[in-house]
Amino acid sequence: MRFFLEVLISGLLSGVMYSLVALGFVLIYKASGVFNFAQGAMVYLAALSVVGVMEKGAPLWLAVIVAFIVMTLFGIATEKFVLRKLVNQPPIALFMATIGLAFFIEGLAPMVFGSDPRALDIGIVDEPIEAILNRWGMVISKFDLAAAAIAAVLVTSLALFFQYTRIGRALRAVADDHQAALSIGIPLQHIWAIVWGVAGFVALVAGMLWGARNGVQFALTFTALKALPVLIIGGFTSVPGAIVGGLIIGASEKLAEIYLPPLMQSAFGGNFGGIEGWFPYVLALGFLLVRPEGLFGEKHIDRV
Amino acid sequence: MFAYRKPLLLTGVALTLLAQGALAAEEQFFPLVSYRVGPYGANGQSFYGGFVDYLNYVNLKEGGINGVKLVWEECETEYNNAKGVECYERLKAKAKVSTGPLHVMSTGISYALIDKSAEDKLPLTMMGYGRTDAVDGSVFPYAFPLVTTYQMQASAIVKFLKGKGGLEGKKIVFLYHDSAYGKEPIVALQEEAKLNKFNLTLIPVAHPGNEQSAQWLQIRQENPDYVIFWGWGVMNQTALKAAQKVGFSRDKMIGSWWAGSEEDTVPAGDAAKGYMSATWNVAGTDVPLIADIKKVVYGAGKGNMQDEAKVGTILYNRGVSAAVLSVEALRGAQAKYGKGKPVNGEQVRWALENLDITDARLKEIGATDLLPPIKTSCANHEGSGMVKIQQWDGAKWTPISGWIEGNKDLIHPLFKASAQQYAKEKSIAPIDCAKES
Repeated sequence: MRFFLEVLISGLLSGVMYSLVALGFVLIYKASGVFNFAQGAMVYLAALSVVGVMEKGAPLWLAVIVAFIVMTLFGIATEKFVLRKLVNQPPIALFMATIGLAFFIEGLAPMVFGSDPRALDIGIVDEPIEAILNRWGMVISKFDLAAAAIAAVLVTSLALFFQYTRIGRALRAVADDHQAALSIGIPLQHIWAIVWGVAGFVALVAGMLWGARNGVQFALTFTALKALPVLIIGGFTSVPGAIVGGLIIGASEKLAEIYLPPLMQSAFGGNFGGIEGWFPYVLALGFLLVRPEGLFGEKHIDRV
Repeated sequence: MFAYRKPLLLTGVALTLLAQGALAAEEQFFPLVSYRVGPYGANGQSFYGGFVDYLNYVNLKEGGINGVKLVWEECETEYNNAKGVECYERLKAKAKVSTGPLHVMSTGISYALIDKSAEDKLPLTMMGYGRTDAVDGSVFPYAFPLVTTYQMQASAIVKFLKGKGGLEGKKIVFLYHDSAYGKEPIVALQEEAKLNKFNLTLIPVAHPGNEQSAQWLQIRQENPDYVIFWGWGVMNQTALKAAQKVGFSRDKMIGSWWAGSEEDTVPAGDAAKGYMSATWNVAGTDVPLIADIKKVVYGAGKGNMQDEAKVGTILYNRGVSAAVLSVEALRGAQAKYGKGKPVNGEQVRWALENLDITDARLKEIGATDLLPPIKTSCANHEGSGMVKIQQWDGAKWTPISGWIEGNKDLIHPLFKASAQQYAKEKSIAPIDCAKES
C-alpha cells in the first residue's frame, strides 16, 4: 500500500509538470482556436534564454526578467508577422503556421544561445523531504512539491484573469468568433499579442522547472508530447481542465508503468515496460470515445 | 562546321576527366554524414569537431598521408535516418573514387546503410554503435563495429563489478532506453547473470526518457546492489537526478559509453557526482596527441570547434580516436596498394580488416591510452572489445580502471549465431575467412 501511494503521489506531481506545458496550449487555443504546435519549442526558447543570459554573468532574477521580455517580444512578433495575415483564415492555416514557427524556434534558439545541454539551478533541490521519508518511508520530492505550488498559483491567477477581467472576456469572445469580436470593437491584434505574451510567460515557468529538473537542452521541446493527451482529457479550452488532465495522465501512466507489465508478462510472456510512452494516448483515445470535448471542454452544439 | 563539334566535345570531356583525375590523384575523400544541429547536435559537434581536427592535423603536420591530402564534405543528418540515407546518396559518387571509412554516429542510420554500403563497396564503421553482429566479417564484409560493441561493453562492466567483491547472489538492475540500442546488451547480460549467478532485473524507459519517476521508485523498491544504465540524450541527466531523488547512490550506478560524456553529467549538476560509466576513449588534453592538435591546428587558426574549451572532452577525443583509426586504415591501404595514391572502398575494406594498432604504434601517434590497441581480421571486425571505467568527480571524468576486456568466449558466439541467421534470411553466402588475407 505504501508503495502504491508513493507511485500515485509521484505520478500526480509529475502530472503537474505536464499541466504546466498544457496550460500554454490552452491559452493560445482559447484566444485563437488553434493548437499551437510551437508551445514545446517556446518552452525550450524560454529556458535557453534564462541560461544564455546567466552565462553572460547575470543573476537568476535578471535572467528571468530578460527571458520574459524575450518571450513577450516573441509573442508580439508572432502576432505581427505570422498571425495578423491569417485573421479569418481556416484554423488549419493557423495550425500550419505554428508548425513553421516551431521549426523556426528550434533552429534559431540554439544558434543564438548554443546547443550544449546545461544545468539550471533555481535554488530548489530535487531531493526527498526528510520528514516524510523518516515518518512514512515515502519519497516525496521537495522540487515536485514546489512545482505543484507554482502551478497552483499560476492556474488560479489565469482562471481569475479569464473569468473576471475585461481582457479575459475579450479573449473568450475572440476565441468564439474572430469576425464577430472585431465587429463589436475588440482589438484582435492586441488580444493576440497579449495572449501570446502570457503563453510565453507560462512557457518560461514550465521551461525553468523542466530545465532545472532535467537540464536545459533540445529535449525540452519533447515536453509537448504529453500535453496532447492532457488536453484531450481536460478539454482544450479549460485552464482547470489542463491541471485535472495532467493529474489524471501523470497518475495513471505511473501506475500503469508499475502494475501493467507483470500482468502483460504473465499473459503474453516476454519483457514489457516503458509503456508510459504510449499509455496516455490510449487513455486519451478512450476519453475521446465517451467525452470528445474533454472533462471541462465546451460542448460544441450546431443548429441544424 | 558540324564535323568539328564531336572532336571538340570529346576533347572537352577528356580534359575535364583529366583534371578530375589529377585532383583525385592528390586527394583522399572523406564522406562525412554528420550531425551538428537537432536533438543530439551537441554530441555531434564534439565528435565531428574532433574528427575533422585530426584530419586537419594530418594535413598540417605531414602534408596528408604520404603526400595525399585529406579532404572531406559534410552533410547534415540531424540524427534523422531518412536524411542520413539522403546524405549518403549525395556523397556516394565522390566516395566511389576514393574514400575514408564512413562514420554516421547513429545506430538507426547505420542500420539503414548497412546493405547499401556493402552493395556500393564503401566501408561503414560503427565505433561503439550500430549492428553488433557485424563483428562477423564473413557475413558483413563492409561493416565494421570497430573497437568494441554493446555486448562486450556490458560484459566488461560485469567483470569490473565482479572485481569489486563478487557478484554471486547480488541484484543488478538493467535500466535501458526502450529501443534497439537499449535492448542490444540484454542477451549478453542474461548470459552473464547465469554464469556469475546474480539476479538481473530489466527496467525499460520509454523514449525520450525525460520522465523516470516510476522506474526509480521501482529501483528503490528492488534495492539493487548496482544499476547498469543504458541511456541516451536527456534520459541520462533525468536518471541521475531521479537517482538522487530516491537516494540511490551514484557510485553504484554505471552507464554505457553513450551515457558517459560531459554532456550527460554537467547538466545534472551535483546529482552526477560519483557516477561511473564505461568508455573506449579517455578524456583530457594531457594526451600528447590532443595537446599537439591544440598546438598545431588551433595554433594555425584552423580548429573546427567553435568552443575551444571542449577540446579534450570525451566526445571530442572519441572523434579524434575515430579519425586516428580511419587514417591508420588509409596508411595500411596505401602500404598494400601503392604509397602516395588515394585508395578506394575495396582497398580500405582490406585495410580495416587487417588493422594492427599496437601500443607501440599508439605511442608513436601520441595516443597512448587514448584508445585500446586493436587487431582486426575477417572473423573479428571488432578488433579489441576493451573499455575503461571512468568516474565523474563533479568537474571531470577520471579513469578508475585499466582496459577491461569483455568475455569474448561468451559473447562472440552470440554474434556468430546472429550473423549466420541474418545470412540465412538474406540469402547471403558467407565469405570463407580462411581465404582472406
